[in-house]
Amino acid sequence: MDRPLEIAGRRFRSRLMIGTGKFPSAEALRAAIEASGAEIVTVALRRVDLDRPDDEGILSAIDRDKQLILPNTSGARSADEAVRLARLARAAGLEPWIKLEVTPEPRYLLPDPVETLKAAEILVKDGFIVLPYIQADPVLAKRLEEIGTATVMPLGAPIGSNRGVQTRDMIRIIIEQSGIPVVVDAGLGAPSHASEAMEMGADAVLVNTALSDASDHAAMARAFALATEAGRLAYLAGLGPLRGTAEASSPLTGFLGGPPHDLRV
Amino acid sequence: MYTFADELDQWPAARVLALIEAASPSDVDRALRRRERGPADFAALLSPHAPARFEDLAREAQRLTRKQFGRTISLYAPIYVSNVCGADCTYCGYAVRSGNREKRVTLNPEQMRRECGALAALGFQSVLLLTGEARYAVPVDAIAEAVSVAREFFPSVSIEVYSMDSADYERLCGLGLDGVTIYMETYDREVYGRVHLLGEKANYDYRLDAIERAGRAGARKLNIAVLLGLGDWRVDAFHTALHARYLQRACWQSSIAVSFPRLGHVPDRFHIPRLVSDAEFVQYLLAMRLYLPEAPLVLSTREAPALRDRLVALGITHMSAGSSTRPGGYATHGEDVLQQFALEDHRSPAEVESAIRRAGYDPVWKDFDRAFDTAAAPGGR
Repeated sequence: MDRPLEIAGRRFRSRLMIGTGKFPSAEALRAAIEASGAEIVTVALRRVDLDRPDDEGILSAIDRDKQLILPNTSGARSADEAVRLARLARAAGLEPWIKLEVTPEPRYLLPDPVETLKAAEILVKDGFIVLPYIQADPVLAKRLEEIGTATVMPLGAPIGSNRGVQTRDMIRIIIEQSGIPVVVDAGLGAPSHASEAMEMGADAVLVNTALSDASDHAAMARAFALATEAGRLAYLAGLGPLRGTAEASSPLTGFLGGPPHDLRV
Repeated sequence: MYTFADELDQWPAARVLALIEAASPSDVDRALRRRERGPADFAALLSPHAPARFEDLAREAQRLTRKQFGRTISLYAPIYVSNVCGADCTYCGYAVRSGNREKRVTLNPEQMRRECGALAALGFQSVLLLTGEARYAVPVDAIAEAVSVAREFFPSVSIEVYSMDSADYERLCGLGLDGVTIYMETYDREVYGRVHLLGEKANYDYRLDAIERAGRAGARKLNIAVLLGLGDWRVDAFHTALHARYLQRACWQSSIAVSFPRLGHVPDRFHIPRLVSDAEFVQYLLAMRLYLPEAPLVLSTREAPALRDRLVALGITHMSAGSSTRPGGYATHGEDVLQQFALEDHRSPAEVESAIRRAGYDPVWKDFDRAFDTAAAPGGR
């Protein structure tokens, strides 16, 4: 029996988070969110006008009773900008949760480790629940955990690339060492990618482009929900370790007497 | 210092044309299949063999655009701050010797506020401020004031004005300027000299480097283009792409957008030397999307509604709507004031918005936030 995902003391049944960019309409987004069962939905603050929420915009697609709005700072190029955005969102009445994204270069939207750490430090002190988007860098992940972020969100591949978990070796280390939830964010282009991340022991995944890009947004969202759950179940059931070579079927050390044992232990 | 002029020197028109002429149908196929495309692939996509594969090119352009930008089209509006001009660009309605007799005006801050208010009421959150080439009539101080006024109304403000020095761009970025648009018009030095007869704009080299100065000064959005119809469109397209790639490296924190202005309505004295057909126009757009998957591609109301509506699905990401090319054209002045050129798409922003929705795309009004402050960007700018 699985425990719910717990972030900063709050529990979530779903381990699939959804990004809200790039959808053709609010209805398409609403359908995808509903089919995904997601309870955390991230919204780019630069895309919404919190003072004048309109009926056709991104916010209209979110059911606040079922989903937590996780505002994000995408577009911010510096710690200062990210901090300012976060404070504006809180002042406008959103809960003090923030997905911290500092992406100074616009082509691949890769996160700036220096500015992200700086912003995280300020926001944590300021009382925010901070979920930072980072390169799959195990040392940075520990540094963020130490200053008190609620999760780390390492990328599987550049945003929107649909290339899957390209950073798997580093994500493995992050998961192994982390005392806070690890959410694999960005690059997951197919349900099998989400499964893979979850099988590795990620606590959750976040997808956006794979859903907005699909011809049937809701069906793809459902597929990701199932794959996330399947990966989680497989992780809990204990997947066998990856082996590089075939194993000898008869014991090589039987001559020593006693039960054969694993030389690697 | 290595500048774009050095790079341009390595690609004279003859070399570009030779590359394009050498491209075979199988080179087009290879360019289509590649995940990352180089200059030779781009040349193949500009070649006369590419149109045979239009449908495949269009599908790939659509796939790449949707992957990067989703099914969204960002909307913006131009605000002409002034039509006073000291240059003589032979194709332009503002040119000092265009023969046009309508009034020349420069908006004062109060008129600017009225124009901004009218556009904000229509839903716009992103504007482009334009002037003629007239530093004497609209000095940097006046542009700074216009930027400040526009920032009271809109999160995102860009300019398309005469080329400036680095210090001027730094000052404007410090006031919240977000983007700088400078069209080279044509990279062909000889053609450039023939159509730009007076004023600072006649200085090819100062204009060529201006966009990099703006980027290094902190402008987040850089927008380049050639004016289709002046030179050989294939060579100009190639040089535009080269420029975009160069700027991606030189100004790595800025997004590099490409626009597709095509000469249509011109003063009586001017005849468009190299008319670009719709098919060539589309080929250029598709090739650019395949070569620069991450670049915003911008389309103005110079083009007719029927074509604009189709191009939504082929790689365009940013569109103007409900535009006027007349200073004060939204709420202040009437038709006695000179416009830069006549437009083809006269639909209201709301009509353009519904056309975008009908095409299955989400019209985006806001894609930038006041919290972003160019002056505060790190990286030694």
